Amino acid sequence: MESRSRHFKANAAASLANPVLQTNLKTAKGKFVDKRAIAIKEIDDFEGSREAAKNIRNRVLENLDLWLEKFEESATARGATVLWAKDGEEICRHVAEIGQRHGVQKAAKSKSMLSEEANLNLALTAAGIRPIETDLGEYILQINDNEPPSHIIAPVVHKSLDEVADLFHQVHKTPRKTEIPALTREAREVLREHFLTADMGISGGNFLVAETGSVALVTNEGNGRMVTTLPRVHVVITGIEKVVPTLEDLTLLLRLLPRSATGQSISNYVSVLTGVKTPEERDGPEHLYFILVDNGRADVVGTEFQDMLRCIRCGACMNHCPVYQTIGGHAYGWVYPGPMGSVLTPLYTGLENAIDLPQAATLCNQCGVVCPVMIPLPELLRRLREKQVEKHLRPWFERFALKIWAKVAASPSLYALGSWLGVRYLKWLAGGRDRIAVLSAAPEWTLGRDFPAPEGKTFRELYRKGKK
Amino acid sequence: MSSREDILGRVRARLGRNTENAATARKDIEAAIDGRVQGPRPAVPTDTAGLVAWFEEKSAAQSSSLDRVATLADAPAAVARYLAGMNLPLRAVIWPSLAGLDWRAAGIEVAPRGAVDSDLVGITGCFCAIAETGTLMACSAPDHPATVSLLPETHIALVPMSRIVPGMEDAWNLARAELGSLPRAVNFISGPSRTGDIEQTIVLGAHGPYRVHLVIVERE
Repeated sequence: MESRSRHFKANAAASLANPVLQTNLKTAKGKFVDKRAIAIKEIDDFEGSREAAKNIRNRVLENLDLWLEKFEESATARGATVLWAKDGEEICRHVAEIGQRHGVQKAAKSKSMLSEEANLNLALTAAGIRPIETDLGEYILQINDNEPPSHIIAPVVHKSLDEVADLFHQVHKTPRKTEIPALTREAREVLREHFLTADMGISGGNFLVAETGSVALVTNEGNGRMVTTLPRVHVVITGIEKVVPTLEDLTLLLRLLPRSATGQSISNYVSVLTGVKTPEERDGPEHLYFILVDNGRADVVGTEFQDMLRCIRCGACMNHCPVYQTIGGHAYGWVYPGPMGSVLTPLYTGLENAIDLPQAATLCNQCGVVCPVMIPLPELLRRLREKQVEKHLRPWFERFALKIWAKVAASPSLYALGSWLGVRYLKWLAGGRDRIAVLSAAPEWTLGRDFPAPEGKTFRELYRKGKK
Repeated sequence: MSSREDILGRVRARLGRNTENAATARKDIEAAIDGRVQGPRPAVPTDTAGLVAWFEEKSAAQSSSLDRVATLADAPAAVARYLAGMNLPLRAVIWPSLAGLDWRAAGIEVAPRGAVDSDLVGITGCFCAIAETGTLMACSAPDHPATVSLLPETHIALVPMSRIVPGMEDAWNLARAELGSLPRAVNFISGPSRTGDIEQTIVLGAHGPYRVHLVIVERE
């Protein structure tokens, strides 16, 4: 997916001005936050579980090369083919080649964020393979002229029921339905036909288990099971960081993932898939491919940003982020929104291509508190800001202002003079009242609130007076 | 250079890999895999009555419906009652491993095979069931086709009481002990399929079954 993160400010302004989006975001916010809060209470030692999850993810990252080799060995022993992709283009090339090798005409896809990174649907179409998104949310986006998702687990969180109803009516040419169950059934009927006729199933992978060479897939709709059971060929596309050591480790992470994501104790379907079908089996793919993807990940290993690779893509950070809750996912401009996206996008697409994202945070640490694998997101955002300054990527006026500030703050007399002028200016601005309605130097700040007016003396002045 | 070597090469360089630390790390990896250390687990009763009650409560929370019979031979009649009560046809696709029960006596016509699109009811067993979350564990095999619990709108599962275990960790241990290696597909099923994609409103029956009915079998 081509990044539009450079236009963050304009995108965010458009999101703020979109009343439908604002209503939809408010509806979603409560549901995600409240459900998670209830679900985590079922775990007696939630903090201990987070700590254990963090350790599991770290154990793999600290020896990622060897864990990947171990996974490859286990998966190959069960008849799977393991392929590697440096970038999105190589993912597309692999999938197109697999398709050609097996005479694939139609591919049914379960949700895969990596296929968004790679723009896979476009490449498949060009290769003569028809891609069908089967996650209800992703399907809605696909039939809406390939709109990008705005959330990693709830791709159409920005859309209202009315918008979906209009879209189905237009695209399916059926009478307009207004009930969610009826719309869901309509999509089920359209997609069932595709599941039954697809030659290839494409899925992401929530985890790769090194012990057994398996991929673990978590879905509620059952589309993940369909695309890995019915088609002749199954292609798994995952990041190289998704390895976990054992089934026990997988189990612990599965206690945290759905609770953090949707507030469920467990997703309806957890499938642990290993190897290809035996000749006697009545279902399952004859060919299984893993495409292990770098696309920026390898270069994060061993850096001060390595903690980010622990991410298990639950979306809790965005669900709890005051910035995401206000502007939604599209404003972030690439595949991953919210706090995790504000860290990943600059790391994977270049610091200079996502200049506003590390700034799009209040550093309130809600994301850090809810993260099931304890990624210190605000700290990583702060480090990215540092990198921006080191690389002279900030705008000239910001750098200039900071230089001036550094000079003033380092000189007690200049600082005293500055604050003496400041409080008097603000008192004058308040015109005798105790609040300032419009701050002329930063009018946006006072759009929704007043600025408290100082009384006209600085702390230094009062202190000196008190001493006498 | 292949992409494999390029990617692994960069990871190795970043981790400061050399022959010596590789040997130590490989030993740690084998130890981690053999150790199978479990993380913190929520408390679940371990006595049979408590375990079954927990399983029933959690299954209901996942929107599965429940029934209990004394023996496996009683299961067909219970299934027939459920189907009649739901106004569903007395016709089902079934795991071949369960075709030996006397379904005809209960008035149910069963087809032991993989499911096709037109099948309305699917009857399966399970490898085991997990009390912690009200979850079935189904292992694929020639006489346990995975489609039977997936394509029909109604999924009925027979759950022997003796196969209810506290957590997923216990299910893995059972699989290791009884099956050796993992089957092609292990499917954990917790209630009917669902989606919350439109306005985060949960709707039962997305791509898989609309309803899951569990028949707990007290004695085998």
